[in-house]
This record gives sequence, C-alpha cells and structure tokens, in this order.
Amino acid sequence: MIEARALSSNLFSKRNKALLRELVKTEFKLRYQNSVLGYAWSLLKPLGLFGVLYIVFTKIFRFGDAIPHFPVYLLLGIILWTFFLEATAGALMSIVARGDLIRKISFPKYIIVISGTISALINLLLSLSVVLIFAIFNGVDFGPQALLAPFLVLELYLFALGVGLILSALYVNFRDLSHIWDVVMQAAFYAVPIIYPLQFVIDASEIAAKIVMLNPIAQIVQDLRFSLVTESAKRTSDVVQLPFSLAPYLIVLVTVTVGAVYFRKKSNFFAEQI
Amino acid sequence: MIKNNREVAIKIDEVSKDFNLPHELNNNLKQRLLHPLKRTSTEKQHALKDVSFEIKKGDFFGIVGRNGSGKSTLLKIIAEIYAPTKGNVTVNGSLTPFIELGVGFNPELTGKENVFLNGAMLGFSKKEMASMYDEIVDFAELEKFMDQKLKNYSSGMQVRLAFSVAIRAKSDILLLDEVLAVGDINFQKKCFDYFRELKREEKTVVFVTHSMYQVKEYCTQALLIDDGKVVLTKDVDDTLDKYLQIMNPKEKNTEKLTKVKTKKKAFKVEDKNITVTESEISLDFKLSGKINRNINFAVGIKDNAMQAALKYNSVLAKHTGYKAVGSNEVNIEIKFMNILVGGTYSVDLSMLDEKSNSIASFEDIASFHIKNSKSNSGNLYGISSIKVT
Repeated sequence: MIEARALSSNLFSKRNKALLRELVKTEFKLRYQNSVLGYAWSLLKPLGLFGVLYIVFTKIFRFGDAIPHFPVYLLLGIILWTFFLEATAGALMSIVARGDLIRKISFPKYIIVISGTISALINLLLSLSVVLIFAIFNGVDFGPQALLAPFLVLELYLFALGVGLILSALYVNFRDLSHIWDVVMQAAFYAVPIIYPLQFVIDASEIAAKIVMLNPIAQIVQDLRFSLVTESAKRTSDVVQLPFSLAPYLIVLVTVTVGAVYFRKKSNFFAEQI
Repeated sequence: MIKNNREVAIKIDEVSKDFNLPHELNNNLKQRLLHPLKRTSTEKQHALKDVSFEIKKGDFFGIVGRNGSGKSTLLKIIAEIYAPTKGNVTVNGSLTPFIELGVGFNPELTGKENVFLNGAMLGFSKKEMASMYDEIVDFAELEKFMDQKLKNYSSGMQVRLAFSVAIRAKSDILLLDEVLAVGDINFQKKCFDYFRELKREEKTVVFVTHSMYQVKEYCTQALLIDDGKVVLTKDVDDTLDKYLQIMNPKEKNTEKLTKVKTKKKAFKVEDKNITVTESEISLDFKLSGKINRNINFAVGIKDNAMQAALKYNSVLAKHTGYKAVGSNEVNIEIKFMNILVGGTYSVDLSMLDEKSNSIASFEDIASFHIKNSKSNSGNLYGISSIKVT
C-alpha cells in the first residue's frame, strides 16, 4: 500500500504522465472547439491586443515616451499578467469542476491543477513568440541577459502553481473565493507596474515603489522586460537593498511549499466535500 | 471453499468512515460573518463502523446490502477515493477501480479521443492505448462512429465503448459497482462472458450489487453489510439467506394471510394452499360465491419490489372455457414452473368478467419464500398446468 501510494504520487510515473498529457490535450481541444480559426486564436489574441495597446499608449496616453520600445515593453507585461490571471483563476475552479472524476477514480489530484496551469503556460509561450517577433520588428537588441528569460518564466509558473494549489483547495469549502479573487486580481493589476512605467511610482513615493517591487509578479515582469526588451527597465535590485531584494524569491518559495503541503492535506477529502 | 494458505489481496482492518454533513450549507462569507458560531452545526453520519475483513487472492467477492448500508462507501475506501476516518486498508497488488464505466468521458470529444482519455484514467500510456485501439473499437462494434462526438452517441453506444476500454485493464484486483445494471441483452451477455473470464483467470474481483442472482452465479465469497456494520462474511448461500431475512423481517409469518382487500362481496376465499417444489409452484384456491357466468380470473406473483414475476390472465390468454355456472363454489388449481430466483413473493388473485374487469380482487392473498435461485429461461409464461372446476 505504502509502495503503491508512493508510486502513484510520482508525477513522472507512467500513468500520471499519460493522464497529464490527456488532460492538457482535452483542455486545448475544448477551448478552441467549433471556432473556425481554432488554435490560431492563441496567436491572434495577443496580436489584436498589441494593436490596441499600440494605438492607445503611443498615440493617446504617451506614458512611455521615456522608455525605448514601449509597445513591446507594454505587451510583454500584459501577456505575463494575462498568464497569471488565467492560470490562477482556472486553477481555483479546477478541482470543483472535475468533481465527477474525483468522486469516481483515485488519482493524484494535483494533476488537475498542473494540467490547467500547463495549458495556460502553453498559451503564454505562444504569446511570447509573438512578443519576440514584434521585438525584432521594433529593432530590439538581444543581449546575453536574454538567457535569463526561461528561468524567469519558470519562476512565474511556480508562483502561479503555488497560488493555484492554495486557491483550488480552499474553493472546495469556501465558494465565495471566486468573487474575492476576481476583485483581488483587479486591484493587483493596478498595483503592479504593467500599464505604467515604474518610474511613475518612484517619482510619487520611493517607499511605495519599494513595496511594489517586493511583489514577485512585479519583480518577474520587470526582470523579463530587462531581459528581453530594454536594459532601462527598473528591477527590484534598483529600488531595494540586498537582503530585501531577495524577498520576491522567498515569497515564491514559501507559496509553492505552503500550496503543496496544504493541497496534499486537503486532497484526501475532496471526494466527499465537493 | 476457504483455503487459508492463499495470499491476502485486500485487508480491511477496523475501518470506520464518518461523514460530516452540514445541516445548512453555510460555506459563504456572509453566513460565516453573521453566524460565526453556527458553522459547527454539522451532523456526523457513521457510514462504516469498525469494518474488518480479508479478501484472498482469486476470490470473486460479493458485497451485498440494502440501499444506504455502506456498500459503495466501502468500495470507494478500497479504491482510495475516500480516506478512512479510522483503520487501515492494505491492498496487495495493482488495482483498477471501475466504480463506474467511462470515467472522464467528455461529450464534446470524439469517440476516439475519449478512448485515449479514458485509457489514461485507467493507467495506460498513449503507446499502449494505440496498440489496443483497434481491438477496443472492434469489440465495441463502433468502427463507423469513432470520429463522431460522444454527445451524438446513444447511451448504449457510450456504455459499449466504455466497457470495451475498461476490460483492457490488466490489474490483479478489479472493483466493480453494479456495472451490469445497464445495457441491452447483447451487452449484458458480453459482461457475463467477461465475468466468467475473470473467474477462470482467478482474478481477484470485488463486486457490489443488489442482484442476488449475480452474486450466486459468480461469487465465491460474499459479505453482508447492514447499517455500516459487517453482518456476515461467509460462503454465498449463508450470506444470501441472511440478506433475505434482513430485507423481509416479517418473513416468518409468510403463510399468514396478511390482508385481504375485497372489492365486492361477490366471492369469498374459503381455502388456499401453496406448494413450492424445485420445479413447480402450485396454487390452490377455493372460493365461494354466486356464479352466474363463465369463470375468468387472473393470478399474479410479485417479487418483493412489487414487480410481477409470473402472471396469468384467463381472458388475455383466451382460456374462456372455464364453466362453473350454477355452482356456488369454484376451485382454482394453477401450477407455475418454478423459474423464480431466491426471494419472497406474494400472490394476488382477481376474479374477472369477460372484458377482464375485476369483480373481486384479493391482494397479497398469500406469500411464499424461495431459498435457492436457479436460472431457467425456457418457458415464457411459466405455466405448467391449469385446472378449474
């Protein structure tokens, strides 16, 4: 029994890999089902968004005149935010939505949360490829710092996964959470320097800028902008000193650990509580 | 039957399961803020109480019990879907739980996509599924439909597809929860064949059902559970007898005439006699009344679910030659072939006019109990002889 449990809780066991693959595939198939353009929408959506942002923020609100390649800078931020929103909001519902499976067959429940976040991650990677194309057209020079990008994407994924694990387990007993999370994410969108340059916050209040940059999402967005768009993007280490500049990484680590432990503890009772 | 030297496949050790049922669903913020103390108002339901038993390798193990007795909870605990509140479950070998067929089936996907998804749920890799795919489609007889969406399948087709995938599972232990309750006769035959094959291969099977016939036919051991407690774990016959007693506590008084509803006083029951043998059920009734027309009557034998098991109607059968005009006494002797499975049955008798309208009816005029079930499907009417004087 102990042996069997250990086997089944290994993500890389044969069964779990097959299950994860099928769940991700199903999610993708269902998302674009019955649409004429199908998978192309994964690319068309960021393209359309880029068109809108380009017009609004370079012709009407000229926030970013001081920042080189501002449209690309902006698009990258929005795409990263969209990923985090999609991954966490999707994860929140995922366990309850899959109640039919959970009540009928025994399998590691975290596969559900992972499959949902991986679908969002695949969308992010498709969107990022669009960003890269625009970056090239915009004349962005990629330096060696571009090599950091994969690690930052991984950090963002882990943070979304940790938050998703906590939210999905909480939502089983506490159904107000979906509305609360909507509001939290609305507020957070403006608390993170996505549509405005960080310099705006620094000019208004240094303290506020420091607090903003302790948020892992702000740190990741700014670091990725630094890595892929322009070295003038302000990073966490530009506004806070060393022990504190590690805070975003610590927050990610704690979130993932707490998420995994809490989810594991609660998951034994999902079948009877959903 | 019991060989103690065989290995144990599943060991259930003092397992209890409690469910916390909230009286009022107060899992939203407003109610928690308004009634902070109220959230503890849950009721503990003890679904299983200190259940212990062992299933040996190669057993075809039946679990019977009434609705709500804890059968399915027990099966879900063995399948690791529920965690026990107390106690331990030890499973020795690989286990496939098809508590239900077609787990994960999605109506928006095609038949083919669903086969792969369902296969993944049962633990197959993509490669294994690809190599089995043709066999699965063949067995389900759905070649032409595999690229259609599942929502366009009939329910029978869906079950066929699900079953074809499910039987590929090659685990040491299989859990079945009344999967045979669905499907047409052809499909049920396939299920029975599969059961026989499992039995021949000496797989360990845990089978939850209401059907005593199925338990009798396939199981080597049976467990009776009632009100969350194990009543009996023994060989099949003893367990089924006990099950019948629980289902019909009044069974000892079977020969007592419980209630006779007489619609009109045209007839009166003077005497009745029931004889049940291995091959025949003989019913004798003696009625008195004013007889001024040809005798027509109907006899029905109902099982304990009030379903007609055997019936005879002289008007519908066009047996209108029973003449007893002038007499004020009628004897009806009717013999049915004993094709009934084990259970308790009750008898209704109605006297009819030529248009099959009831003149007098006697509900539950008598009841009897059949201990041993047999399969016999030759005679549709099940009547071996009728004599009316």
